[in-house]
Amino acid sequence: MNETFTKSMARNIFYGGSVFFILVFLGLTFHTEKVLPERDHRENITPQVVLGKKVWEDNNCVGCHSILGEGAYFAPELGNVYQRFGNSTEAIKLFIKSRPAEGIPGRRSMPQFNLSEEELEAVAQFLKWTSEINTSNWPPNIQG
Amino acid sequence: MKFQSQSVAMPYFIAALGLFVGQIIFGLIMGLQYVVGDFMFPEIPFNVARMVHTNLLIVWLLFGFMGAAYYLVPEESETELYSTKLAWVLFWTFLIAGALTIVGYLAVPYARLAELTGNDLLPTMGREFLEQPTITKVGIVIVALGFLFNLGMTVLKGRKTVINTVLMIGLVGLAVMFLFSFYNPENLVRDKFYWWYVVHLWVEGVWELILGAILAFVLIKTTGVDREVIEKWLYMIIAMALITGILGTGHHFYWIGTPEYWQWLGSIFSAMEPIPFFMMTLFAFNMVNKRRREHPNKAAVLWAMGTGVMAFLGAGVWGFLHTLAPVNYYTHGTQITASHGHMAFYGAYAMIVMSIISYAVPHMRGRIANSNKSQVTEMWGFWLMTISMVFITLFLTGAGILQVWMQRYTDTPMPFMSVQDKIAIFYWLREFAGVTFLIGLVVYLASFFVGNEQDAAEDYAKAVAKRDLEKAVAG
Ligand code: HEM
Ligand code: HEM
Ligand SMILES: [Fe+2]
Repeated sequence: MNETFTKSMARNIFYGGSVFFILVFLGLTFHTEKVLPERDHRENITPQVVLGKKVWEDNNCVGCHSILGEGAYFAPELGNVYQRFGNSTEAIKLFIKSRPAEGIPGRRSMPQFNLSEEELEAVAQFLKWTSEINTSNWPPNIQG
Repeated sequence: MKFQSQSVAMPYFIAALGLFVGQIIFGLIMGLQYVVGDFMFPEIPFNVARMVHTNLLIVWLLFGFMGAAYYLVPEESETELYSTKLAWVLFWTFLIAGALTIVGYLAVPYARLAELTGNDLLPTMGREFLEQPTITKVGIVIVALGFLFNLGMTVLKGRKTVINTVLMIGLVGLAVMFLFSFYNPENLVRDKFYWWYVVHLWVEGVWELILGAILAFVLIKTTGVDREVIEKWLYMIIAMALITGILGTGHHFYWIGTPEYWQWLGSIFSAMEPIPFFMMTLFAFNMVNKRRREHPNKAAVLWAMGTGVMAFLGAGVWGFLHTLAPVNYYTHGTQITASHGHMAFYGAYAMIVMSIISYAVPHMRGRIANSNKSQVTEMWGFWLMTISMVFITLFLTGAGILQVWMQRYTDTPMPFMSVQDKIAIFYWLREFAGVTFLIGLVVYLASFFVGNEQDAAEDYAKAVAKRDLEKAVAG
């Protein structure tokens, strides 16, 4: 870096550039918030879906699974599990309910969370709602 | 060490390294669970091990950043720290809060921990990296405020330098962005959107300022290059970091329900994110080439250059690999992501913390540099850990490519678990590389105990004599 490019020029680029891009980012955040309702179908977020998200969080499901591609990579993607399980919330509930407490010898196993019927239904509804978000066609196929 | 109060950095560094060991042990547990599925099940399920692994990582890096700040801010400001006592109180608060949280993860089921800590009142738990109980999060904010107050008062009463300013902006930014962890909308899309305000705007935003400032400090001290030059570099690096990194957040908004223009914005801006990391590499190598003195602490110089290279590889190259939307469509949330996450966190943030530790700890122990024996041991630790991490990254990349090939980029996709079975060999190799990483870490820690004060003094005297002789011959 030569002499004509001074430290104070570098400093101004830092402050000016940062402030500019923070403002652009804020503007885009507002715009995203404005158009999101068309894509996330929030009209379908029932109290059950809200409870389902809480159950999802309280049991740290994201510590093994990914959801819309984020989380852990130890267990299958669940953003589209509703479709993978034949568009059935019952199948989802049955799967969660039937996990053996001591696991499956030698295999990766999912814990038995002993969820109540209400919690099971809620988390299944949450996954159903999630599967209906417009994710620009992600994941590429049913296997997630 | 120029000021007595700088020594308060020592407990922070010791805690950081202790937690680092814990992080790696839980990494190895998980690595084994990847191939021996029922290992420790159901006592320590994978998700618990993962929380411990990633939260210990974040906490030890925070201890490292705080230690770095307590060490370098007084030296830069040319004044004692505002309050050493406050720094000690915050140290114990943070350590105890952190330890209790980890014990909580391990001792009771997570749902019970959520219940016990009142997650119903303000639900913030159960999201990746932000698993801490809400009260722990409040504790983190309190510690951060006290810490920033202490440093702020120090900076205000002393000399103002660019390094201090940049470090302070970075640390304030870290605390401010963390506040988004308290915002957990019921709408998953919005939850994810603001979650990235913490995670992305940390590692590809404000943390880069902290990284740049610490790197600049270590380079000034070890190379003796003119401050003006170093500061100009620092400003340009952090300018590029924020100019590319803020809109670069868009590379996480491709497939979570957010509008499609993010595919363009995210791809274009995040494709430029490697630039600041590349500049850091150039910065480190250029400054070392232009060095005005032969600093006897060779290990610290090695760490600083290593940080430049590995941050560029892990964040820049491995980040670029999957950052363009059409590529990310197939790699999103695969082992490719994990490979990048590992090398980037290690290369940028773990290594910068070990750089400042390498430079500062000898000073706090009353020497310019450690004995040769100690430094050689430390460099063995450096190479073992760094090469192991390169292999961990390569094995995970291999696993990721096959995963994408069999599960995503194909007309006949296989189920997730079948693919995992097919790529198990890569997970075994990753686990072996992980074991050598742990060995490297043990060697590194051993370097603090080999070679005593007397050795250090003798080696230093020899180095000075050699330098004087060379000068005399040349002149
Ligand atoms: C040395 C042995 C290590 C092993 C065996 C190991 C193993 C693992 C495993 C199995 C995961 C979970 C992946 C998943 O969700 O399926 C993980 C996550 C993670 N580890 Fe490690 N790890 C090691 C060291 C490290 C180091 C040294 C760092 C950083 C300095 C690190 C940072 C991370 C991060 C950031 C994640 C989250 C990644 C993501 O979400 O993409 N790990 N690790
Ligand atoms: C030191 C800086 C960086 C660190 C510590 C870091 C760390 C991480 C981690 C841990 C994740 C996984 C997050 C999760 O669990 O979902 C991630 C994701 C990602 N990173 Fe980085 N990163 C850094 C820089 C970069 C850069 C410079 C780029 C681009 C050039 C980049 C591109 C990406 C992309 C595209 C993803 C999303 C992967 C996916 O879709 O699954 N990162 N990063
Ligand atoms: Fe990012």
